[in-house]
Amino acid sequence: MTAPPVLEVPVLEVQDLRTVFLTDAGPVRAVDGVSFRLGAGETLGIVGESGSGKSVTALSLLRLLEEPARIVGGQMRFQGRDLLAMRPEELQALRGDRMAMVFQDPMTGLNPVIRILRQLTEHMVSHGHHTPAAAKHRAITLLGRMGITTPERTVTGFPHEFSGGMRQRVMLAMGFANDPALLVADEPTTALDVTIQAQILDLLRGLNRDFGTAILLISHDLGVIGSVCARVAVMYAGEVVEEAATEAVLADPRHPYAWALVNAVPRIDQPLGAERRLTSIEGAPPDALDLPTGCRFAPRCPFRIARCETQHPPLAEVAPGRLARCWVTQAGAVLPKPGGTGFAEPGAERVRPEAAAPLLSVRGLVKHFPLPRETLFSPRRVVHAVNGVDLEVARGETLGIVGESGCGKSTLARLITRIHTPTAGSIRFDGQEIAGASAAAIRPLRRRMQMVFQDPYASLNPRMRIGDTLAEPLVAHGLLRRGAEARERVAELLSTVGLNPAWAARFPHEFSGGQRQRISIARALALQPDLVVADEPISALDVNIQAQILNLMLNLQERFGLTYLFIAHDLAVVRHLCDRVMVLYLGQVMESARSADLFARPLHPYTRVLISAVPVPDVGAQRGRQRVVLQGEPPGTLVLPTGCPFRSRCPIARPVCETPPPLAEHTPGRWAACHFPGEFDPGSSQALPSAQARAESPA
Amino acid sequence: MIRYVASRLLGAAVMAVLATLVVFLIANTVPGDPVLAQLGDIAASNPETVREWRAKWGLDLPLWERYGLFLRGLLNGDLGTSIASQRPVLEDILQYAPATIELATIAFILALAAGIPLGIAAAVWRDSWVDAAARMVSLIGVSSPTFWLAFVMLALFYGGLQIAPGPGRLDPIAFPPPDVTGLFLVDSILAGDWEAFHDAAAHLVLPSIVLAAATIGLITRTTRAAMLEAMGQDYVRVSRSKGLPERFIVLRHILPNALIPVVTLGGLAFANLLAGAVMTETVFSWPGLGRYTFRSAAALDFPAIMGITLVVSVSTLLVNLLVDLSYALLDPRVRR
Repeated sequence: MTAPPVLEVPVLEVQDLRTVFLTDAGPVRAVDGVSFRLGAGETLGIVGESGSGKSVTALSLLRLLEEPARIVGGQMRFQGRDLLAMRPEELQALRGDRMAMVFQDPMTGLNPVIRILRQLTEHMVSHGHHTPAAAKHRAITLLGRMGITTPERTVTGFPHEFSGGMRQRVMLAMGFANDPALLVADEPTTALDVTIQAQILDLLRGLNRDFGTAILLISHDLGVIGSVCARVAVMYAGEVVEEAATEAVLADPRHPYAWALVNAVPRIDQPLGAERRLTSIEGAPPDALDLPTGCRFAPRCPFRIARCETQHPPLAEVAPGRLARCWVTQAGAVLPKPGGTGFAEPGAERVRPEAAAPLLSVRGLVKHFPLPRETLFSPRRVVHAVNGVDLEVARGETLGIVGESGCGKSTLARLITRIHTPTAGSIRFDGQEIAGASAAAIRPLRRRMQMVFQDPYASLNPRMRIGDTLAEPLVAHGLLRRGAEARERVAELLSTVGLNPAWAARFPHEFSGGQRQRISIARALALQPDLVVADEPISALDVNIQAQILNLMLNLQERFGLTYLFIAHDLAVVRHLCDRVMVLYLGQVMESARSADLFARPLHPYTRVLISAVPVPDVGAQRGRQRVVLQGEPPGTLVLPTGCPFRSRCPIARPVCETPPPLAEHTPGRWAACHFPGEFDPGSSQALPSAQARAESPA
Repeated sequence: MIRYVASRLLGAAVMAVLATLVVFLIANTVPGDPVLAQLGDIAASNPETVREWRAKWGLDLPLWERYGLFLRGLLNGDLGTSIASQRPVLEDILQYAPATIELATIAFILALAAGIPLGIAAAVWRDSWVDAAARMVSLIGVSSPTFWLAFVMLALFYGGLQIAPGPGRLDPIAFPPPDVTGLFLVDSILAGDWEAFHDAAAHLVLPSIVLAAATIGLITRTTRAAMLEAMGQDYVRVSRSKGLPERFIVLRHILPNALIPVVTLGGLAFANLLAGAVMTETVFSWPGLGRYTFRSAAALDFPAIMGITLVVSVSTLLVNLLVDLSYALLDPRVRR
């Protein structure tokens, strides 16, 4: 991907970097002896779970740490110059000039009260490279390079006028303003939709290729790193535990933690197995105040040997060009391939529940949210969140709902559970019409349908003991009285979701994110519901915890015969977990089919681009995978779409698409709303029509 | 932008009409009979006199008719006639208002000029001695009762050290500058009378400090909190990663964001300074609206009370309008 380094001096050389947080409880070793090297024009990824020290490493490089973080040891050389010996003015001269950084959240990274132009040019001028006029010219050129179609207009705007994807392009332009030798990108696509993520990753690859800028990409997602970086360093508990070519780590990880990371994630580019449970490792990362004397991963490691408990392994070569911090693989052992048995052909892998009477049946569901008037006399504007959705869910089935943000999937979930009242349409739950039912009429049904929310931090009351949180619905529905009876049931619930029953007296803040999500699931289960609506239940969690929660959901489904409505943006997970999948766009169903069929051969062009946007490592068999990067962003929801809602971005849109295509059944169980189902095949159509770019202009 | 301004103007106009109604109703429905307050005991015991007197002031008409008359008068610039002074209320107000406006404006400028830099410094050097000093200043300002502070200042700087002039707007023997605006500072500049300017300015020092004291404290605390809030935002870290000088980051990136809540507070504070000058004016013998208000209230002089209340509410509306318009200048997000 990149030319071999020409210079002898690497762009960045980090030796034994140590960064601590000086807390009241003692120094927390966030980065503990990290070393790596990045040559000119090279790409290196750093992957790890939250708390592994990857972001602190990035901030340490630019010396942007804030109190109470402190670099206490090691060496960092940038183009041969010692970063730790630099005075503040020297660092300031380097930052944003030779060495730039792009942060995670483009929504908060731009100053809301300053025009884009000034934010793009101020450091070009302050570093003395450009006059204000020349800087303006360069800013416009750069924005154009970042894929913004009307850069002259964009620069005069303010950040709030642009979407997240556009803002991340502006942030990248800001990073490249002074043509840096190194760009540090800390989770640059985590806050973005999968289609926009694909655009940004594409852009990063192109910038590395065209400008020869070295890129240090930090992410929790190996797929993201694999699609940009040639090499990857895996971090665990402040240390690099494995460093090698990304391809090699993905195919054959040599550290058990890397092995767990690789296998915790379902891969969209690999055949589905009969076993739906994912590989997950138990336990939590070690307490950074009290690290184990031996290998830091040993307490959780399924492969540990006696030596791991007592001796801390060094980062040593296990194969040419491959480093790993593991006694087991250093002794020559190879880690097994998980779930290697019983790979089945897609579509044949599991018995699908079919029921004559569906548990949930939705017809023509519509939800419009009127916005408050801007002024006294202006007309009310309306958000068209859901515009006529039909769906059916059989008992014991899992239906996945996918789409970009703003497609109406969360609103749909809240309509079905009647948190919102629909504007029109019918919802039948177990034969009973609930779309227009009063709160009192729904109340007895509430216990039969429960919701699990995305954010396990926000959805538990911080001032209630979790035992009380869990007992509350039981008591409210008059199923149990407070006291011994309720305590017993709470203990039972906690052990059902794999938590210690003795923890009922604890408060939510005493739990980790994954544990809290287990509590949320326990609360949903308390009333023994038939239907569980899970709105992005794993998006806020680390991949290993994701695997644990998914496995838990699968176990519970088998045990209690639950029906799931699973809302997610992660298509690989949806493919893995769901029996059927429905694709939403602008509040309408684009396609609905059995999961295996849908992923094997999508009929709707939107489904195909969504699948294609999932970042997969650019290795091995995937070299041949045709990547389609969808241009533009979904139009706003203030106007009810006419015709096919997707036609403004569709690669194969034709005049007939101005009449709305009906959601038609093409083969039994396969529905698609497209005039040309299955016709879009990126293998044959090379380039996307450039006319689609107009969706890029400011809203 | 134009739509935003238009909608704010319209809103202010609607509020002003509502204000007239509220002012009228409150003044005309409170218990307390102006007849008894104005007539002597003997006159009040004569029903004929009382009836005549009520008819003269229109107090015998139904409420809605009186409101109609009140509104018609307003449109003609007629706020009615003061029962106590027997002069048109508007004339009274125009006579007393400039003194208060001058005092409140100077106090307001002082509060902003002291409070904002103090708040910035306290946030930038958080937890240092600067922060501690700023906290002391604002604590003293907010917690000292106005009358107490006024007496202490007078006793210390006028009575004791004798470096400040005494009460009043000018020295008793000095001549006021020719009356144009009623604001002595402005009038003396217009007349080129530097002696009067100096005298008026010196007389403003103590009362404006006293009046501003509480506001300085509030603005310092608000500025500090808003600065700290803005400093924690992601865009500040982004600015650092761009290698911008620290001073530039504080003044050009953090401050404009931090000023938004300060402007809100400033608007409220100015309205409070106008209305709350009674105590300061009393101690400093300041011939302003505060003293006129006090006198009118004691006499149950309804036309005067309504006139003053109306003037204060309309000026509060105007200040709020200015606050809304300055949001549009500070924050592009509200412009649409």
